[in-house]
Amino acid sequence: MIKYDRFELPNGLRVLVHEDASTPMVVVNVLYDVGARDEDPKKTGFAHLFEHLMFGGSVNIEDFETPLQLAGGENNAYTTNDFTNYYIQLPAENIETAFWLESDRMLSLAFSEKSLEVQRKVVMEEFKEHYINKPYGDVWFKMRELAYKQHPYRWMTIGSKLSHIEEAQLKDVKDFFFKYYRPANAILVVAGKVTTEQVRALAEKWFGDIPAGVKYERRLPQEPPQHEARKLVVKAAVPLDALYKCYPMSARTEPGYYIADLLTEVLGGGGSSRLHQRLIKEKKLFSQIECYHTGSNDPGLVVIEGKLIKGVSMEEADKAVEEELEKLKAEAISEKELAKVKNKTESAIVFEDMSVMNRANSLAIYELLGDVNMMNTELEKYRAVTAEEMLTESRRLFDPLNSNTLYYYSEK
Amino acid sequence: MSVQTKAFLDRTIAPPIKDAIEFDLSLPPYRLQTLSNGVEVYAIDLGNVDAMMVSWIFNAGNSWETKKGVAAAVNHLLKNGTSNRSAFAINEHFEYYGAWLNRGSHHETADVTLHCLNKHVGELLPVVAELITDSIFPQEELDIYKKNAQQRLQVSLKKSDFVAGRLIDAYLYGPSHPYGVYMEQEDYQQLQRDDLVAFYKQQYLGGACRILIAGKLPADIIDRLEASFGRLAIHAPEKSVALPAPAIIPAAQKKYNIVNDPNGVQGSIRIARNFPNRHHPDFQKVQVLNNVFGGFFGSRLMANIREEKGYTYGIYSYLVNNIQQSALVISTEAGKEVCAPAIAEVYKEMDLLREELIDEEELQMARNFAIGTILGDLDGPFHVASRWKNILLNGLDGRYFDEGVRIIKTIGPEELRELARKYLKPEDFFELVVI
Repeated sequence: MIKYDRFELPNGLRVLVHEDASTPMVVVNVLYDVGARDEDPKKTGFAHLFEHLMFGGSVNIEDFETPLQLAGGENNAYTTNDFTNYYIQLPAENIETAFWLESDRMLSLAFSEKSLEVQRKVVMEEFKEHYINKPYGDVWFKMRELAYKQHPYRWMTIGSKLSHIEEAQLKDVKDFFFKYYRPANAILVVAGKVTTEQVRALAEKWFGDIPAGVKYERRLPQEPPQHEARKLVVKAAVPLDALYKCYPMSARTEPGYYIADLLTEVLGGGGSSRLHQRLIKEKKLFSQIECYHTGSNDPGLVVIEGKLIKGVSMEEADKAVEEELEKLKAEAISEKELAKVKNKTESAIVFEDMSVMNRANSLAIYELLGDVNMMNTELEKYRAVTAEEMLTESRRLFDPLNSNTLYYYSEK
Repeated sequence: MSVQTKAFLDRTIAPPIKDAIEFDLSLPPYRLQTLSNGVEVYAIDLGNVDAMMVSWIFNAGNSWETKKGVAAAVNHLLKNGTSNRSAFAINEHFEYYGAWLNRGSHHETADVTLHCLNKHVGELLPVVAELITDSIFPQEELDIYKKNAQQRLQVSLKKSDFVAGRLIDAYLYGPSHPYGVYMEQEDYQQLQRDDLVAFYKQQYLGGACRILIAGKLPADIIDRLEASFGRLAIHAPEKSVALPAPAIIPAAQKKYNIVNDPNGVQGSIRIARNFPNRHHPDFQKVQVLNNVFGGFFGSRLMANIREEKGYTYGIYSYLVNNIQQSALVISTEAGKEVCAPAIAEVYKEMDLLREELIDEEELQMARNFAIGTILGDLDGPFHVASRWKNILLNGLDGRYFDEGVRIIKTIGPEELRELARKYLKPEDFFELVVI
């Protein structure tokens, strides 16, 4: 049970406090309700590029990093398709430094041309490092475009192409900031050695006078049900053939999400999972195989991906995966297997919540999802899932007409 | 109702801070207990969540192997079969209880680490004992391991950062030294079941072992460890047996340019020199120098090469955590066309540290950052356990931690410049670019 207090400032900033006196540190986490899904299809990668610019100085503070490091703090940020999250961890005594820094960059950035110019280059190097200069690095660009035809999940957080980043203008930066980076679209979480009273006073002092801004109403094109098997064949200079299959799943807050999550555990969670045991160990068709899901707020994807043993044909490997899915659809899983995936989920939640930083981050995400108390009811939702529900959901999910298959061949 | 006048908030002025030097840092102690067979259990009892970690640390890293790849294979395959259980049954057992049993093979040591909820530990410890007394390394499991490891290597060899990491270690320590040796495809073919079984008997079954436990520990945890491990043939490391320390033979040539992928768009740059181990009085001092140089986001390398020039997504320098001998390494991936200027800037930053004194504000920032990191890192039983593990495996004690804190708080600009003059000389460094 994670305890928290929640209040809102008159400008709409939502504030959550989680007190934990056992640590000497505090975490100050600011989440903005904007991610890659909110981008213009002609200017993809912008939410992430923007995240870099948040470190390029704000209206009253030239340099973000130096004062934070002087206060013994560490910080970082990340952008997803759904949201952008910034966090600082520092000794509790120096908490006000974090409020000063975060509130000033919420008030306004410095909008420096130099910072934009440098961060464009930095992000382009990040793009190259992770997606060009790596074998199979382009898979997700292709896979997202195959699985999503309408929804903006069809592009990656990093952006669909280098040129979009190259072309970003300072005007885009300003517009983006004043549209999304307003108190009305932000969630502040403070966790650690701190009291709610202290946070209330600091929040009013530092964030209270920031103009509310207009609350962003998200209206994204929704992905229509698939109803067709899609397939793509790619050849590239990689050493091994690889198979990727994706199946559209339920949105984050729907009951089907929990069922799909457990199904990925049955198929690909660990050495005793079905795909690992049957396809790596028994049939020796794959050297590596995984099953997971993208876990996004809007409907995401269940993914199966594996590298084929040299000499195994793609068709044979694909057929073997399909057979495992058919077995899942034919017969309810045993009580033991169900208990296993639920126990694994319980452990995963307990271990993840051990760190104050994770707890702060999770509180922000659940608040974004619409109900912060979900953090305390997740485990019950997993526990309530039945083998029968998993059977029904697996039939819907792993319908061949819901499949996106990518054959990634080694070009040799 | 009175009218509240709100004081004007001057956002240009930073709030006052408590300085690093004022923070009192101490590493929470461990409790040491000894099982009947002499195996020492180091216990870190902290935290408020009913979850724990148990780590069995053996003298079973690649320094002890006589044939390439045996130590890693044995460590990996410990979970793949006993007389009574198949690999599947073992995995299923740990996963059923929501536990993770990870293995790790390093240079001097190799370990088996269990993470679990306290309520399940009783079901898990006896099975770990089974793995370290009765693993049988089935031929079929070894064959799968060899094949899959070869395939993984094929993919890794296409990555410039992976190739650069292997090569720089070979230059620093020599290709035959356990720190410099790396696997080729053929080495996997040479692995024989008999080699694995012999290594296992020597280094695990009857080997030197230390146990590290951390978490909100149940009252009966020592009794449980005694019941499962107290009568086994494992024993405490013998004081008279030194760790292997084979001769280190660095490469004669200093500069290398390797084209691994003609279509590559980035170069993996590694600039590195040999450096003494943690017992050397300069080690913790150079960690402070390294913080200023390239140790964190606010460092000079990052400020210059990423934040000023935009040549890279990230650049770091660090001291390698090796027991026999460390190395000072600068590591980055930079656009192919900017590799040369990026390297030139690294040397310029070394020149500046050798020539000019670090100013007080920058030093204070590096100090406070380091103290803040330690403070944050002492949060929770697993972090504390990993600090202790490092101290103990390096043959050090709690004074090492206290001395490190003292150095961070007191070292001055002159001494740091002296250290830069001693250790940041470009001619001492290997330089490698892999595209």
